Amino acid sequence: MDNSSQPQRLTGGMVDRKQALEFQFNGKSFTGHPGDTLASALLANGQRLVGRSFKYHRPRGIFTSGSEEPNALVQFRSGASHEPNTRATTTELYDGLTATSQNHRGSLNFDLMAVNDYISPMLSAGFYYKTFMWPKAFWEKVYEPIIRNAAGLGRLASEPDPDTYDKGFLHCDVLIIGGGPAGLSAALTAARSGARVILGDEDFEFGGRLLAETYEVDGKLGSEWVANAITELSAMDNVRIMRRTTIYGAYDHGIYGALERKTDHLASSGGKPRQVLWRIYSKRAILCAGSIERSIAFGNNDRPGVMLAGAVRSYVNRWAVTPGKKVAVFTNNDDGWRTAKDLADKGVDVTAIIDTRRDTSFEAPRDTKRVLGAHVVNTTGRLGLQSITLSDGQTILADCLAVSGGWNPNVHLTCHQRGRPVWSDTLAAFTPGSELPTGMIVAGAANGTLTLGQTLREAHEVAATVALDLGHIRSTGSPSTADDEPSAITAFWHVGESRNRAWVDLQNDVTTKDVKQSHQEGFRSVEHLKRYTTLGMATDQGKTANLLGLAIMAECTDQSIADTGTTIFRPPYTPVPIGALGGRARGKDFRPTRLTPSHEWAKAQGAIFIETGAWLRAQWFPKSGETHWRQSVDREVIQTRQSVGVCDVTTLGKIDVQGRDAAEFLNKIYANAFGKLQVGRVRYGLMLREDGIAMDDGTTARMSEHHFVMTTTTANAVPVFRHMEFCRQCLWPDLDVHLISTTEQWAQFAIAGPNSRKLLEHVVDDGVDLSNEAFPFMGCAEITVCGGVRARLFRISFSGELAFEIAVPARYGNSMMDVLMTAGKPYNVVPYGTEALGVMRIEKGHAAGNELSGQTTARDLGMGRMVSKKKDSIGSTLSERPELNRDDGYTLVGFVPVDRSKKLTSGAHFVAKNVAPTTANDQGYMTSVAFSPSLGHSIGLGFIERGADRTGDIVQAVNLLANEAVDVEVVSPHFYDPQGGRLRD
Amino acid sequence: MIINHPLLGPRDAAEFVYLGDAALLNRPDWQASDAAEQFYDYQYLRDNPAGDHRELWYHEQGDRSWLIVARNTLSHEITKVELARDVARARKQAHG
Repeated sequence: MDNSSQPQRLTGGMVDRKQALEFQFNGKSFTGHPGDTLASALLANGQRLVGRSFKYHRPRGIFTSGSEEPNALVQFRSGASHEPNTRATTTELYDGLTATSQNHRGSLNFDLMAVNDYISPMLSAGFYYKTFMWPKAFWEKVYEPIIRNAAGLGRLASEPDPDTYDKGFLHCDVLIIGGGPAGLSAALTAARSGARVILGDEDFEFGGRLLAETYEVDGKLGSEWVANAITELSAMDNVRIMRRTTIYGAYDHGIYGALERKTDHLASSGGKPRQVLWRIYSKRAILCAGSIERSIAFGNNDRPGVMLAGAVRSYVNRWAVTPGKKVAVFTNNDDGWRTAKDLADKGVDVTAIIDTRRDTSFEAPRDTKRVLGAHVVNTTGRLGLQSITLSDGQTILADCLAVSGGWNPNVHLTCHQRGRPVWSDTLAAFTPGSELPTGMIVAGAANGTLTLGQTLREAHEVAATVALDLGHIRSTGSPSTADDEPSAITAFWHVGESRNRAWVDLQNDVTTKDVKQSHQEGFRSVEHLKRYTTLGMATDQGKTANLLGLAIMAECTDQSIADTGTTIFRPPYTPVPIGALGGRARGKDFRPTRLTPSHEWAKAQGAIFIETGAWLRAQWFPKSGETHWRQSVDREVIQTRQSVGVCDVTTLGKIDVQGRDAAEFLNKIYANAFGKLQVGRVRYGLMLREDGIAMDDGTTARMSEHHFVMTTTTANAVPVFRHMEFCRQCLWPDLDVHLISTTEQWAQFAIAGPNSRKLLEHVVDDGVDLSNEAFPFMGCAEITVCGGVRARLFRISFSGELAFEIAVPARYGNSMMDVLMTAGKPYNVVPYGTEALGVMRIEKGHAAGNELSGQTTARDLGMGRMVSKKKDSIGSTLSERPELNRDDGYTLVGFVPVDRSKKLTSGAHFVAKNVAPTTANDQGYMTSVAFSPSLGHSIGLGFIERGADRTGDIVQAVNLLANEAVDVEVVSPHFYDPQGGRLRD
Repeated sequence: MIINHPLLGPRDAAEFVYLGDAALLNRPDWQASDAAEQFYDYQYLRDNPAGDHRELWYHEQGDRSWLIVARNTLSHEITKVELARDVARARKQAHG
């Protein structure tokens, strides 16, 4: 392997050197190996500068080796698959990977926006609140465009996401979150007990810190122990191992959200789902999320090359990459010394180790300067670290500085149900509080057990207890053993003698000065500190930063950190793409499309369809030569009224009501009486809500003594059914009545027009008498059609014509349409859609959804007398409230334009003539309008004050949106055949 | 959340539709002398406790049972789940 292309690559590690992977960063080609992350491969190639900071556009490099990364955010892939703010530290390298740096104008090395850094005194915390207050007129034209232009980090792809995402559900006894030493130890124990185990880790390799360290477990190298554990677990049927899976949220009742990245490590998804969003139902969850290292704040501590010490060990040990040729270490705990040793063992030049503590007995590697009780006060190097300056004045050459400020137990998920972490003086860190999400137990470093031997033992014991609790009594064996590494710490947060800006939160560019300013200006509680400075509010939720900020605030207020308190974390642990949350529910698949039974027939006729709720219905059926929808609709209306038309009305809700008390039940849910409805008859019913407002209407047919068939409006089919079940189960549980929704089981067609009876006679079987005497208006019957097909026939009319509705089992729906149209040929039958349906119902003055708007009463609809006062029904009592029965209340009436050539607009408001269109003068509003082919002009329905007494009044219908007013005359809402003779013939 | 359905066992809350306070079972007598006031209270006045609450859930994506779920609104802990019908029947028997 040609090493010159990867000058920082060391020997060993967990990369496959036999294979070279080409990748591009900012258009430049590099080489890495399988097992690399984008970050480790960039470091192997000596690329320290990877991005610019959020606010000051400071040069930034790789800071960590995991998902807590605040700095190394890149734009991943290109074109439609392009993703902003991707962490280089968790991006698995593949051949052909492309990434670019973000948040700079001009090149990464020379960012024009870096001017912000020079004017930084003006940009400190609270800058936005204070600066853009005046002059007010500047906000929209000047400030906002500038801010918008400068805001954000990466750029979104401008094309739709080409990938697919899936969702899934998993169940287990024990969910183990994190596959490091604690997670593996717990998984082995729980799995051996026989419990169903899910083990998830965000990394593509299990092992956690064991891969980053040189520890031994059970006398074997850590990575070898990990491999053995995974082999054992993989062979067990009761274990599901999920790598590349982030358990991102702890929800109620032991439910966890998990994001599995299926193809992000491949050059292309190959048509497979890119990510899967899992909902995991667990009886218990053992949180083994480990710990996250924190930094120390000192002057210019944000330069590329300044890294967390643990991350430096990860790169050296796991990826065989040294982040620098000359590395210095700055620490307040024993961890730093291990870093120096691991580097020296790999032959890296460690120039100095600076420990803030005076009394430590660790030996520095040979040739390494040992400086105790000292601090790093400043650094140099424009685009990357060159040297550091210590508190004693000496300057040390270093192109990498490994900083360790101690380790924070990763308590993120313990906070998701508002649990508050508690402070530990011994660890100088927050540990999980007592109120954890239901079923969660914490083990290992996440629980504050920061050393390896204890972690393995604790995780084993926790898992054994959990397994026993859940009734799994099989022996679980003894825990793996390891030494406990030195882990003493003396808390140290920031270097007071630094004159230069010292960063606390790298992603949101929050410095120690901002925290102090927040204190000075009175924003002292942790919640205020967070909002005022934006500390911890970036996409990393301040995983490496929060505690530093709190500690500095504690110093300012002269309080302990325990008294200062902490903010808590919320899901998700790391960002979850919206695409994954949406899953397959995207575009047309956002909700299912319901097709009517005659859909195929209508499609073949070239029907224009319209969405009504989830349904797709034929709106009209254009004929050749028709260029405007009105031509088709007018034709459908005229032909129906002159001869016969057919319309698929399956979408109306159908509810089967059966039982000895069915009639009594209907009496309770309808405002009008149903008890005395005869068998073989249909009645119109009006349903109220309990508050007295009209809810829905429809017809109900009594098929037999104890069997009713109800229809509802299309839109209310589901809510009405829900309401009826509520009434049945919760209000009148002793009634013998049962309900079934049969909307999808029966295809139903309206056959309307003077020739409808003649048409039907061709379809019904012998012996079915359709004459007016045998089957009068509002009759119903169970019949057979087409030689024995079961059908229900209703003589009801929405169009105002002699009309029938026929229902057949849904599977016959499409053929039924065909049969009806063939039988109707001699009568010049026409199929009509929802537009013609609407025109005819407006001509008849029937209320529909526009009138049953949830704001209108039976009285408003002109049906006040239908509300029976002789019985108890839903809404009857409250419908009598005075406010709903005012003399000047609304009434539904009809409207025609005085100048018949004018068009009407629904939504127009009525005001008296020669009066200004103001709210004070408002008298009502138009709800439905149509051009009536039967009358030859526009007509409308609407509500107007005292409408019943105002026939002949002329008012203005004002449409302020179009700035027009039309004089209209108040008329009866029954425009067409007001006596109803046509439908009774 | 998981609701332990008395007939079907543990079910995800996503299968249910929420209505609210189980006091909606206590529909007043329409012939009471103060029926108008009682109905007004029944329709509009609800307790909204921070803590233990009895509420109505409808298993719409399931068997269409209305359930009365005793849930702590702060912790989401569910302590009891009953069929609303059973509760309504017991109530009728108690009140005659």
